[in-house]
Amino acid sequence: MSTEPPAGGAPAPAVQLSAITKRFPGVVANSDVNISVRVGTVHALVGENGAGKSTLMKILYGMQQPDEGTIAIDGAPVIFASPADAIRAGVGMVHQHFMLADNLTVLENVVLGSEPRKGVGLDFATARARITEISSAYGLGVDPDRLVADLGVGERQRVEILKVLYRGARTLILDEPTAVLVPQEVEELFGNLRDLKAEGLTILFISHKLDEVLSVADDITVMRRGTTVASVLPQDVTARKLAELMVGSALPVPELRESTVTDEAVLSVDGLTVVNADGRTVLDDVSFTIHAGEVLGIAGVEGNGQAELVEALMGIRPCSAGTITLSGRDITRATTRQRRESGMGYIPEDRHRQGLLLEATLWENRVLGHQTSKPNVRGPLLDRRGAKADTERIVAEYDVRTPGIEVHAAALSGGNQQKLIVGREMSGSPVLLIASHPTRGVDVGAQAAIWEHIRRARAERLAVLLISADLDELIGMSDTLSVILRGRLVADHDPAAVTPEQLGSAMTGAGRED
Amino acid sequence: MRNLTLRSVLLGLAAPVGALVFAALLCAGILAVTGHSPVDTVDAMSASAQRPRTLVNSLNTAVSYYLSAVAVAIGFRMKLFNIGVDGQYRMAALLAAALAGAAFMEGVPPVLRVTMTVLASMLVGAAWAGIAALLKVTRGVSEVISTIMLNAIATYLVSYLNNPARLAEVNPGSNDVKTPDITAGGQVPGFEVTGSSSKVYGLVFLAVLVGFLYWFVLSRTRFGFELKATGLSESAAVASGVSVKKMVVISMLLSGAVAGLVGIPELLGASHSYSLNFPAGVGFIGIAVALLGRNHPIGMAVAALLWGFLFNTANSLDTAGVPREIVDIMQGVIVLSVVVAYELVRRYRVRAEQHAVGHALGRTKTAEEVSA
Amino acid sequence: MTVGGLSVGLAKAPARRSRRIPPYVYLLIAVGALAVVSTVRVFTGATDLTSSGTVQAALTAAVPLAMAALGGVWTERAGVVNIGLEGMMVLGTFGAGYAGYQWGPWAGVVFGLILGLVAGLLHAVATVTFGVDHIVSGVAINLLAPGIALFLSKLYFADAPGGGQKQSPRLEDAAKVTLPGFSDLMGTIETKRWFFVSDLAGVLRGLTTQVSLLTLLAVVLIVATAWVLWRTPFGLRLRSCGESPSAAESLGVNVYKYKYLAVTASGAFAGLGGAFLAVSSGQFRDGQTAGRGFIGLAAMIFGNWRPGGLATGAGLFGYTDAMALRSADAVHALLLLLGIALIVVAAIQYRSGHYVLSGVAAAIGVLFGWWFFASDEVPPELVGAAPYVVTLLVLGLASQRLRPPKFVGEPYRRGQAV
Repeated sequence: MSTEPPAGGAPAPAVQLSAITKRFPGVVANSDVNISVRVGTVHALVGENGAGKSTLMKILYGMQQPDEGTIAIDGAPVIFASPADAIRAGVGMVHQHFMLADNLTVLENVVLGSEPRKGVGLDFATARARITEISSAYGLGVDPDRLVADLGVGERQRVEILKVLYRGARTLILDEPTAVLVPQEVEELFGNLRDLKAEGLTILFISHKLDEVLSVADDITVMRRGTTVASVLPQDVTARKLAELMVGSALPVPELRESTVTDEAVLSVDGLTVVNADGRTVLDDVSFTIHAGEVLGIAGVEGNGQAELVEALMGIRPCSAGTITLSGRDITRATTRQRRESGMGYIPEDRHRQGLLLEATLWENRVLGHQTSKPNVRGPLLDRRGAKADTERIVAEYDVRTPGIEVHAAALSGGNQQKLIVGREMSGSPVLLIASHPTRGVDVGAQAAIWEHIRRARAERLAVLLISADLDELIGMSDTLSVILRGRLVADHDPAAVTPEQLGSAMTGAGRED
Repeated sequence: MRNLTLRSVLLGLAAPVGALVFAALLCAGILAVTGHSPVDTVDAMSASAQRPRTLVNSLNTAVSYYLSAVAVAIGFRMKLFNIGVDGQYRMAALLAAALAGAAFMEGVPPVLRVTMTVLASMLVGAAWAGIAALLKVTRGVSEVISTIMLNAIATYLVSYLNNPARLAEVNPGSNDVKTPDITAGGQVPGFEVTGSSSKVYGLVFLAVLVGFLYWFVLSRTRFGFELKATGLSESAAVASGVSVKKMVVISMLLSGAVAGLVGIPELLGASHSYSLNFPAGVGFIGIAVALLGRNHPIGMAVAALLWGFLFNTANSLDTAGVPREIVDIMQGVIVLSVVVAYELVRRYRVRAEQHAVGHALGRTKTAEEVSA
Repeated sequence: MTVGGLSVGLAKAPARRSRRIPPYVYLLIAVGALAVVSTVRVFTGATDLTSSGTVQAALTAAVPLAMAALGGVWTERAGVVNIGLEGMMVLGTFGAGYAGYQWGPWAGVVFGLILGLVAGLLHAVATVTFGVDHIVSGVAINLLAPGIALFLSKLYFADAPGGGQKQSPRLEDAAKVTLPGFSDLMGTIETKRWFFVSDLAGVLRGLTTQVSLLTLLAVVLIVATAWVLWRTPFGLRLRSCGESPSAAESLGVNVYKYKYLAVTASGAFAGLGGAFLAVSSGQFRDGQTAGRGFIGLAAMIFGNWRPGGLATGAGLFGYTDAMALRSADAVHALLLLLGIALIVVAAIQYRSGHYVLSGVAAAIGVLFGWWFFASDEVPPELVGAAPYVVTLLVLGLASQRLRPPKFVGEPYRRGQAV
């Protein structure tokens, strides 16, 4: 693997992906992807969830192998059979979910797998010196002897970057690096990235947050449905234009018809505060009301308290202060079961973790969360016949593509699993639906269907709390919009008037003055 | 897909049958290598199997194995490992024996006396298991570790209590120590079988009843559903309104209560006292039986009978000059290979089902259009 | 702590580890503990509490426990739970009996180690390659091993001179060494019965008199484990498999390989522990291990999954074991010591704001103190339960200070780690 630039002309691109295609059983994750990344630049790769960005980066990092196409690093063609090959060629990756061992020190995490040796022992002195050197060269400010468990999120990310640099990477892939950061940490990260760039390193930055991309990238490549659809320069596009490129025009547009909002309050939250186990206030004095027939959308960068809000409302997480009132009844101290029984439906953010029993049949999944209501039970006994019949109904009404209701939930595609959950949560005429990222990771058809079901239920006086990272979904589907930032609701917007850009800047705290 | 197609039945049986055959072949190999004749061994065992007494004893042994397996399975269904059945049943049997044999019980009517004994054993088993449940829900202590510790503590506690100075007396004419004999009013008579000197335990029905209740509660009630849901996904269960702490406590107590019953059929049907010779280690056998029977009420019954049969025919081996431990080895190999086999079958099934669904959806496309 | 299974009841956020404790603090704790023991000795007159004889016996009893615990550290640090240690130890005792009576104690040690290693390999195949639940596989090995040992025992020992169906012929013990001069000097001081000084002398004499080479080997192995696991690249990689297999995998560490090595090594250590037990007690006997594999596991937990800690735990449990055989007075005095220890725990928990725990610890402590003053002796049948009770107390009252490997007991399959 030569790193020599070809003779004459401009230097070869740091990374050149040509005609990459990758198929999984039943899905084409990447088809004919072409990207060229210039040396010493920040290159952003943008696209919606499921556009194929992650698969592409896994291919570039050797975690998966392409079915077709070639990769060239600094002009030389390479084949990566494993991450080890990629590391050797100078490609490093900072994963979205940190790959760090909490109970090991920073030093141990960094050197793992390529330890300096003194005899058979680990050469701690050399390791410490190198880490300190890299850390100060790029302004990372990492102390090698601290335990990772004691570090904050921003520090952990810098450890991840240090891990990659320690291995001599010249090209860094950052997969959604800002998803877990608070705004000031994002600024610090961007400062680090500029330092790295100044040292001649190349950065591939994956994101779907357009304002960030526009502020940090030198080049932008847009992916849609598994393929690259455009390469643009940040000065030539607006966030709106980028969003259109990402979404395309063929996608269904989420929108509500006439307002169905009534003046009957269904859910009233007053002064809700949640302090988590390590004493941090993750939800701070949150108050709002949702009326029958109203969809309240919550916008926010992930990790600003949305998950905690949902779990506090569902009674999964205890709240420290404040009251929750459902249809006039105080449910602040009620159990999850009591809340569900009084008419709360729940579409969880992570359906595999909270929404389904993957190794149980569809009809058993129909019972899940509704173990105390008809038609699933009669007293303390399961009503298997009733549950099965109702599952058949959901499968038909919600168009769940399955050969039968005795298959395990794991065998269904993501979209069909989600439709089953939506169908389940809509049955038994709930008064409130908490929908957390209801269309995340589902195909276009399922997305449109899920939106239609929410619209219909809203017309029948359902109150909905909608949490989503998809700004268009939020704007299109909400009657009222609130922005959550660092655990507080900071601004209300009228979805009819707000643009994704305004919302985006409110989400990062930049738009708080207006 | 749970339709009982021939293929799925065969697949379900492949693992246990394969494990049995593998274990039998391996043991035959071990015997051959160590200079014993596998054929003679099988002869000895089958000769013994033709004696009615062996069969009766096998059934009786299977009764306690089955109860032990059910106790273990209750926990297994929600990924709770009650390794402590062993300690629970020994504590329960000793204390129940002491109660049933106590002098003041003489005046109690037989039915009430037996009922009290049975309830006492369940209570003791549940209480002993309750310690582990308490540590788990309040302090997050792994039930595996705590029940292992409680087993050992039970061993010492039992030997402390089973002492002439405490609950027991010296068996006249031997150096065995035992609790006072339970008199006729506290016993449960067995069933005579022609040709056999031992009787079938009257409390064989207790095992059947427990098995039926286990099946009914797990597959037909809300509680059973929640137990299973917790085992499949703790986070999904929590989001669905299941209080996992409550489930841990309840299922641990239930498991302990059933564990408490393990020694009772033997106690009230044959030994009539708790002595140093009371069967030990049945709790661990229960784990093996539950694994082989896949926590299924019928599967565990078959496994318990097999284990009981192997245990009792093994007695004939010593006379044939083969160490009876070959049966222990065989049981160990069966368990180890059957869990591997089940895991392989499970992986295969997940893949096969995903394929099947993909296939079915490809083909049902036209059907959908018709129905729409 | 987790060993797979349900996570209910676990603290949501891990408590932060306190700063690294400098060695002199440990020394101070040891001196303080000895001072307390010494006070109790003077108060109760139970001289056996710190006599060199007790310490010697405790050391012999502790070595097999420490080896099992060491096996536990190896396997759990790599993320695999191994409750099959007990069974592996049984095989070790048989191996030592078989080779030991024919070719001497060291051959016995090696053979015991090999049998344990084979059983460890079996556990690795089941758990790592086939993804069988760690507990299930461990239980199966515990069922299998005693059967194999007894089968082979009947086969090879029944007709051997001095052997029997359930026991091997006599084994020769390994050589023993004494620190010349020092041991006698300490002996002289010990007999003076001075407060603290004589107690220290008793302990030192016990540690330097008639020490089996096996004990020295065990010490070497504990130190070596600490060095290998915490000071070498190999150890770092092995531990990373228990702390975060996905991180290890993403950096090119072959997680399967390290898990295999760790689990196999743990079997070898358990086998060694069994062999030490058989050699030091002069023969293999059926049922000889009597749950020592589980006590080893307890010692490992007590020692917070660290070699120094497990050595302390094994020493402590070996000490109660030795005490039970030697002196009813001393065992009785242990009640008071346990009560004092619990009051100390209560004080520590109170200072860190865990008032309920502190109250529970204090109550149990007072209970032990009351037992001490209200009785004259501890029933000998109950003494053996001490290690298990202590472990439950540690788990129940101080578990927030324990730090098991994060992914211990979790299933891992290549490419599927989250």
